[in-house]
Amino acid sequence: MTTENPHKEAYEDIPGTWVFDAQRARKGYHLNEFLYSLMKAENRKAFLADEPGYTLKFKMTEEQRQAVLARNWNRLLELGGVSYALAKLAFTDGKSYQFMASQMTGMTEKEYVEMMLKGGRSPEGWRTRAERQGKD
Amino acid sequence: MARIIAGVGTSHTPAIGAAVDLGKTREPYWQPLFAGYEPAKAWIAKAKPDVVIMVYNDHVNGFDFKIIPTFALGCAEEFAIADEGWGARPVPSVKGHPELASHLIQSLVLDEFDITIVNEMVVDHGLTVPLTLLFGTPQAWPVRVIPLAVNVIQYPAPTGHRCYCLGKAIRRAVASWHEDLKVVIFGTGGMSHQIQGPRAGLVNREFDTDFLNGLSQDPERLSSIQPLEYLRDAGAEAIELVMWLIMRGALGDKVEEIYRFYHVPASSTAVGNIILESR
Repeated sequence: MTTENPHKEAYEDIPGTWVFDAQRARKGYHLNEFLYSLMKAENRKAFLADEPGYTLKFKMTEEQRQAVLARNWNRLLELGGVSYALAKLAFTDGKSYQFMASQMTGMTEKEYVEMMLKGGRSPEGWRTRAERQGKD
Repeated sequence: MARIIAGVGTSHTPAIGAAVDLGKTREPYWQPLFAGYEPAKAWIAKAKPDVVIMVYNDHVNGFDFKIIPTFALGCAEEFAIADEGWGARPVPSVKGHPELASHLIQSLVLDEFDITIVNEMVVDHGLTVPLTLLFGTPQAWPVRVIPLAVNVIQYPAPTGHRCYCLGKAIRRAVASWHEDLKVVIFGTGGMSHQIQGPRAGLVNREFDTDFLNGLSQDPERLSSIQPLEYLRDAGAEAIELVMWLIMRGALGDKVEEIYRFYHVPASSTAVGNIILESR
């Protein structure tokens, strides 16, 4: 039996970020293969016709499946989904990458676009969890 | 003999390709960006390379998760354009240079870079957007392209130092090819950006400016930037910038900066473009 690895990587201290590392990739393998399948038009159609049924063809966990059905983007990142693969789910919904990114930040798409037009999010206060403390 | 005459650093944001494909380049959002690339287009039209070595990354299109090569060199005659989930971009397919690519493989592996050989793959926006930015919308690309795909999706990407050294090995490999070919190498992706999680939208202009200065003046220093610094200071996806160090390594010690452009935003990305000629 494996136990939780007590070792923490330095990048885990970056707030608001789930680095797609080897452990997360391992957990997300079947989820990402499901997302990859959405590259094909016929699969996008089959998924939209029966979302729960289509997702059951892949060996992802029930937690991952529910997050897919709910389009819970941040949860999907945490559970091993990689952003570029998640984008295929957003495209299947007829949404843009920008829409998905704004949802991850909790902003409306309009607010997100405005932030980008003003030069983007400053790294100030976003480098470490300590820096972020009390700001959300 | 073949020689690398110059390097181009450029972002490869998919929204840029979509703006061209959908005829939006004159819209106020996009106009400044495309205007900023005009000098680069004029430069490459004059430089007329025979071959482009395109250092880029695939975004879960050419490769899924079954096999994740750190460095993969495309040796095919031709590369089809990927359908990334909304239909393939309406751009010409990409013609390779299998003879030079095969030579690069032999030279690089014996030079201790263990490159994956790819004989069949589709190419995505990471490769096609830089072609569009520099060559516009021709019926056929005016250049042969050797794709060099780098894994920057699953952490860890190869280090900046490793990439810089690979660039140097590419320079040696090209110089030992018999044909008289002009080669331009592209380093693509970046600059600062994060496109995932609550921190999405991060841009670090200071980091990017420093990076552009370093490419010109002190690439050795840039090659020591650690993965954590890219992720923390310039955004989770800024790690793509290691690909610009392959380009820089392939130019030799002395370069002249011909052009530089920086613009925020393209979708969630800080866009950078630099042209460096080998001296």
